Order: sequence, then structure tokens, then C-alpha cells
Amino acid sequence: MSATPQTPGIVAHRLPPERIAENFADIAPPFTAHEALVAADRCYFCHDAPCVAACPTSIDVPLFIRQIQAGQPEAAARTIFEANILGGMCARVCPTETLCEQACVREAAEGRPVEIGRLQRHATDALMGRGGHPFHRAPPTGRRVAVVGAGPAGLACAHRLAMLGHEVVLMDARAKGGGLNEFGIAAYKTPEGFAQEELDWLLGIGGITVEYGRRLGRDVTLKALVEDFDAVFLGLGLGGVNALAVEGAERDGLRPAVDFIAELRQAADLAAIPVGRRVVVVGGGMTAVDAAVQSRLLGAEEVTIVYRRGREKMGASGHEQDHAASHGVRIVTGAVPVALRGEDGLAEVEVAYVAEGPEGLAETGESFVLRADQLFTAIGQRLGELPEGLATEGGKIRVEGAGRTSLPGVWAGGDCAAGGADLTVTAVAEGRDAAMDIHAALTKT
Amino acid sequence: MADLHTDFVGITSPNPFWLASAPPTDKEYNVRRAFEAGWGGVVWKTLGLDPHIVNVNGPRYGAIWGADRRLLGLNNIELITDRPLEVNLREIKAVKRDWPDRAMVVSLMVPCEEEPWKEILAQVEDTGADGVELNFGCPHGMSERGMGSAVGQVPEYIEMVARWCKAHTRMPVIVKLTPNITDIRKPAAAAMRGGADAVSLINTINSITSVNLDSFSPEPSIDGKGAHGGYCGPAVKPIALSMVSEIARDPETAALPISGIGGITTWRDAAEFMALGAGSVQVCTAAMTYGFRIVQEMTRGLELWMDEKGHGCLEDFRGRAVPNVTDWQRLNLNYVTKARIDQDLCIKCGRCYAACEDTSHQAIAMQPGRVFEVIDAECVACNLCVDVCPVEDCITMERLEPGSIDPRTGRVVEAEYANWTTHPNNPMARAAE
Repeated sequence: MSATPQTPGIVAHRLPPERIAENFADIAPPFTAHEALVAADRCYFCHDAPCVAACPTSIDVPLFIRQIQAGQPEAAARTIFEANILGGMCARVCPTETLCEQACVREAAEGRPVEIGRLQRHATDALMGRGGHPFHRAPPTGRRVAVVGAGPAGLACAHRLAMLGHEVVLMDARAKGGGLNEFGIAAYKTPEGFAQEELDWLLGIGGITVEYGRRLGRDVTLKALVEDFDAVFLGLGLGGVNALAVEGAERDGLRPAVDFIAELRQAADLAAIPVGRRVVVVGGGMTAVDAAVQSRLLGAEEVTIVYRRGREKMGASGHEQDHAASHGVRIVTGAVPVALRGEDGLAEVEVAYVAEGPEGLAETGESFVLRADQLFTAIGQRLGELPEGLATEGGKIRVEGAGRTSLPGVWAGGDCAAGGADLTVTAVAEGRDAAMDIHAALTKT
Repeated sequence: MADLHTDFVGITSPNPFWLASAPPTDKEYNVRRAFEAGWGGVVWKTLGLDPHIVNVNGPRYGAIWGADRRLLGLNNIELITDRPLEVNLREIKAVKRDWPDRAMVVSLMVPCEEEPWKEILAQVEDTGADGVELNFGCPHGMSERGMGSAVGQVPEYIEMVARWCKAHTRMPVIVKLTPNITDIRKPAAAAMRGGADAVSLINTINSITSVNLDSFSPEPSIDGKGAHGGYCGPAVKPIALSMVSEIARDPETAALPISGIGGITTWRDAAEFMALGAGSVQVCTAAMTYGFRIVQEMTRGLELWMDEKGHGCLEDFRGRAVPNVTDWQRLNLNYVTKARIDQDLCIKCGRCYAACEDTSHQAIAMQPGRVFEVIDAECVACNLCVDVCPVEDCITMERLEPGSIDPRTGRVVEAEYANWTTHPNNPMARAAE
């Protein structure tokens, strides 16, 4: 017997399978060839283009769009991949509205930027669809590098090192690679197994040995890696999640949003994932939005995001907020949960309004109660356990220059390293740049 | 309300928009619908002697496109009518009888001998048509048989055939000119000497639209081969305007009426041809691309513009631009302008900078924050920044006041007109008189 959105508690099958399939289809379907030409034609080929400066990986956007105009999306893709080997994923998940498309002069001129993200997808799909790998490895250098973490930073680093002729051993604690690309992004942004497809395609460069299920600190030590390899790159991501420090936070019905998102990505049958009738998501970033929207898509009747500061402070962009709102997610700002109640499991969340005061946020004295069966926490992630000897800064691995840590021969990049936004594209840039720095260090004569 | 009524060498029509001799005017069915849509007249697709010619059975057209596949240029290898002469004559007669107020001009192309011309003219006259247009322009297919542009490229032939035609018909004779020559004034003058009432121009320009890089065949490709065709459409308008102006301003041909043809797509294009002296205009590619209904935009647009400008009839503005077409050496060298960038309109794309920097003059500075400023000491007022700027009116050329100093030359801007003919650098300059 199928449930409905009104079924109490946390249950699966709230919507019929065909609705679920529809809900989780590609959020931004690819351009047709003609649409791509029309969209490409809007690019002005700006001098010293602001979109390039806005891209953490500095993709030559005007050049690749001109290549699409000239009828060669595959050549355009090569331009993209030279700067960003995960250009396919970035085309899908980059918050372009706050990066290249925000910088686009047509955004300034008419509030409608060139659709750079979708054009990038058009190009990268064209080349990846051909099969094969577009780059060749340089002659072997005889040097070996360990890359820990097969997320965006680790993959970008491993690919660049392999291309430069080094031997790479790529290890990851999980049973498969991809990192947040595989486990941490809303399912409708990268449907049909694209993350694994991209990973396989990337490994097509050769020279990268993959070791999954190998966790740093459990199965191997950093000390051993430093001894065994010529260099080590750490792209560990953020393994820990911040917990809600609220009365009643130990009860059932609470769950880190990242776990829910990962479950959605790994599920063979999305309809079988249980979700609450009334869901509260605490947090203001993209993780919060991804969890909230997907709850709705699974059939939750009411979903509310509760964020402690104002909308303008939310990590989720205006575009993401609109996306949530358009899916019927209510966003309450300037409020925090102060108590969770329920007989067995969660029944209601007391939410208090807060305001910015001289000593930070303070309760205004006004509160209200949200009925809720399920609460997702999306209030940030933090580093997991770190090997000894690595200096940290603001809870992340301290780095200098292109990802050099406090330990000689050890580089770090991506979310685990200090500095830069926690975005796929930033991680790619950091991994790539660390690879170039490692290469320079290993080939210095 | 402006009056669009047109009297072109005695051929009258309710408006100056005629369909040019081309596929849309090949048969009664089309021409009736064109008249219903509002076209002022047609030039019936070129008639020839029987047995009628045949066309290729593969593609006849090729095209050049702009953004969103907007058709900018069209190429064709179609020949004159491929229907029997008698059928065409019968249809012309029927249409003219039912639409007496519309201009019915018949295009003709027969071998370069007096007898065939005499014969066909008599037959056309029988239909009640208002005039004939001699097709000396078609650049493909017929020219290889000594007709079309093969005649149009030899002024002596033009004069001879025009004279025959004037001798054998009472109808006005319009000579259609090919642009595939060096100096358009020569065939125009020849037509005039032969007694032609008017010229129409331009016919299509020899062209290959593209080359297929897989088969290495020119396009349009007929079984792997291609032949040059005739190019028309919006892309050829500037060439046509120049040729029309050449005839309109040459003292020898200035009195020769002109029917303007070449890329006319909107009312504005038509008004420009008429400002350069055309007494009627002929449209083809626009109608082939969008259908007959476009004439409604053309007539309404021309009317509105004339009303706004206070032109009561076409003659009020016809030829008004002709005196302003001059030779380069007559241009005022004391007219000094500088580019001005409106910072409020600027969207900071930097195209002006790239164009100026890489073209020649390095007269635009890129300041922090992507602020682009003109360096007056370098700006030669070439206008390229205006042309490449994606924002209309963001960059303008503004004249330096006489008496001010041009920072580029360090010289005072003179108020008086002065041109190259008297410039000290001109070895041919005459001393001031």
C-alpha cells in the first residue's frame, strides 16, 4: 500500500514511481545544437573577459563559446578541459549565477547573461560523448605521487600529474570515487550516473592506480605515504558534520543533510527512500537547499528551511533560494531551533527568532512551533581526524602558495584546505594548481 | 497621410513596391496572391522563346545565415521561366485585366538578334502589360548562351538591343543591369543612348555561397559539382546602393530613371534607395524568405516615416541624398571628430579597446575597474569603436569645435571647409585661387 504526502511519520513511497522519475529528471536539460548556436551567438568575445576572471579555474570562456559558434563543440570542450578536467560536472553544478554568469557583461547590460554553464555542458557532452580521452601523457618521469581522496580536488590533481608523466596512486576511504560529485550533490543536477561516467573518462588518461576503501589513518598513515611516495596530495574533503546543540537533539528523526543527500545519490530506487510528512532543514547553504528540495520531490507535504541569519547571508545563492521556493519550500530566516519535542521520534520544533546584537545573534523573545517528523541538519561540515603534524587554520589544513602544507612533500586542496569557497570548481582549481607545484618540485634540477 | 502612388516612366502603381522578376512572379497563382497582399506591381519572371529552358533538378538556392539562422544572403542558379511562352502570356493578360491599377512589367530575354525581340515584344504588348524589362543581368545559365549578363557586360549590345526594343514597342523599356562589371555607369549610359526609358539594378552578383568540406563541392551542390550563382538578399544592399548612386549622380545618366533592386527587406531599405534616386523599388529575397505579407510592413512603414517627416509624396524625398554622395577628395578635412564613450551606457565588454588596440591606433585606455576612455591625442575618429560596440549610442563621434585644438595634431581646428585637392601634402594640389 502506497503512502501519500499526508501519511504521518517518516515513510517511503509518498509519490508514485513515475512522479518520482519526473521529479528527479535533469534539472537543466542540454541545449539542442541549434539552441547552442543561438546562445553562443550572444557572447561578445569581451576583451580580458570578466567571466574568465570570475571562474576559479579560469576557463577561457569567450574562446570556447566562439568555438561553439564556429561549429566545433568538441574543440570548445578541449579548451574547457585544459583548464578544468571536471568541466562536465562543473557545467552542471557550478553556481554560475554567482560566478561567470554574474560577471557576464550581458548580465550588467540586460539582466540576462550568456548561458555559459549550459554552453559548457553542450561542449563537454559533445566531446565526452565521442568516447576516448582527449589528452596524452608526457613521457614517464619515474616519480610517484599519492593522492588521498578521489573527490574533485584529488581527481583534478591526479589527472594533471598523470598527464605530466608521473605515476599516481589515488586512494579513497569510500568504496567508490567521486567525492562530493558522487555523494554530495542533488540527484537532479547530475542524473544518470554522470559522476561515475566522468570519473571513468578522466581515468582514461592512464597512469592512475585506484585504491578504494583505503582510509588515511586507518589503512595507511601519512608518514608511510611520505616515505613511500615522492609527494602526497591530500584532498580529504570534510568528513565530519556539525551537530545541532539543541535540547532534544538526540531523538529519532534527526539526520545530517549530507547523509540524506548521499543516500539519494546512491539509491537504486528513489521512491524507497523514507521522508517525513513535515520536514525542517536547519542551515542556509546549498546542502540545506538540496535536502529541502529533494524532500519535496520525494513527496514531503511541508518543508521549511530555518536559517539563523538574513537571506543575503545564506550560502545558497538567490538562484538556489528561488529554486527552493519554486518547489514549495518555505524559507524562514533570522530564526533558530531551540527545542525539539515528540513522544517517540520528532513531532515539533520550537523555533526562536534571533537578531544581530552587539554580542552576536540573540533571541528576540519571540518563538513559534513547527510541526515536524524529520529534521535535517545542514549547519556546516568540518574536518575529520587529521594526521599528526599538519598545521591547521580556522579548522582546516593550513596551506601556502599552491596548496603546500606545513609538512614537506605534502600538499592539500579542496574543502579540507583553508581558503577558497567550498565549491567543486574551487577544489578542481586547487587540485590542478597543487599538481603543477608538485610537478615543479619533482622536476627541479 | 502620405501618398505612395507611383508613376515610374508612365507605369503607375499604388505604391513603389514591386516584386522583382524572379520565382515569386513566375505564374498567375503567385502574382494574384501578391496583389491581394498589397504589392504595387510585379516584374513577371523573364520570358524567353520556346522551347522553354529547363532548370536543374537538384538544389537551386544556397544561403548565408546570421545569428539564429537569419537569412542574410541568397544565391540561386535558377534560369528564366521554364514554362511555355504561350502559358505565361495568357496568364499575364488575365491578371492584368483583373488588376488594372497594379504595375505589370514583363521581363524578357531572347537571343541578341532583332527579329526575336520584335516578335516577343508584339506578343507582350497584346497582354496589356505596362512595360518590359530587358534582362541583361542574369549571371548564370543564360549568359553562357550569349544572353543575360553576357549582353549586360557589353555596353554596345545593350545600346543595340534597347534601340531595337524602342523601335518595336510603344511600351516603356527598362534595362536591368548586371553588377558583374567594373563601372556601372557605362552600361547605364549605353541603355540611355539606346533610348531606354529607365534602368533597374542590381541584378545578382556572381557567387559561391560555401564549399562543402567533406565532398569539396561548392554549394549548392548538384551531384558533387557546383556552378556560380547569383547572390542577393540583405548582404548585397550596400553594393546596390553604391551602384544606384553612381548612376544617379553622374551628369551623363542623372536624368535616367532608376528602379532600385538589391537586398530591400524593410521600408527603410526602400526609402534609402529612393533617397538615392530610385523611382520604384523591386523586392525579391525578402518575399522569398518571409512571404508576400511583408509588403504590409513596407507600405505602412514608409507611410509612417513620410508622415513623420512631412513628405507628402514620394517625389518629396526622392533623390534627396544624391547631392550628398561625393568623391573622397571632396570630403572636408577640417571636420574633426573624436570618439566619446558614455560611461553610463558602457557595459564594459572591452570590444572597443580590443578593436582600437589591435587595429591600429591604441586610442582607448583600459583603466582599473574596466573603465574604457578615449585618448584624444591618439584618436583619429575612425569609427571602428562605434561599429563594434554592442550597445547602440554608447560610443558616438563628436565634432571638435572650430577654434579648439586637436590634441592629436596639436593644430587648431579650422572652421572653413578644406579638402584634399588643396592639401599641401597632395602633389596634385592646385595653389589657392
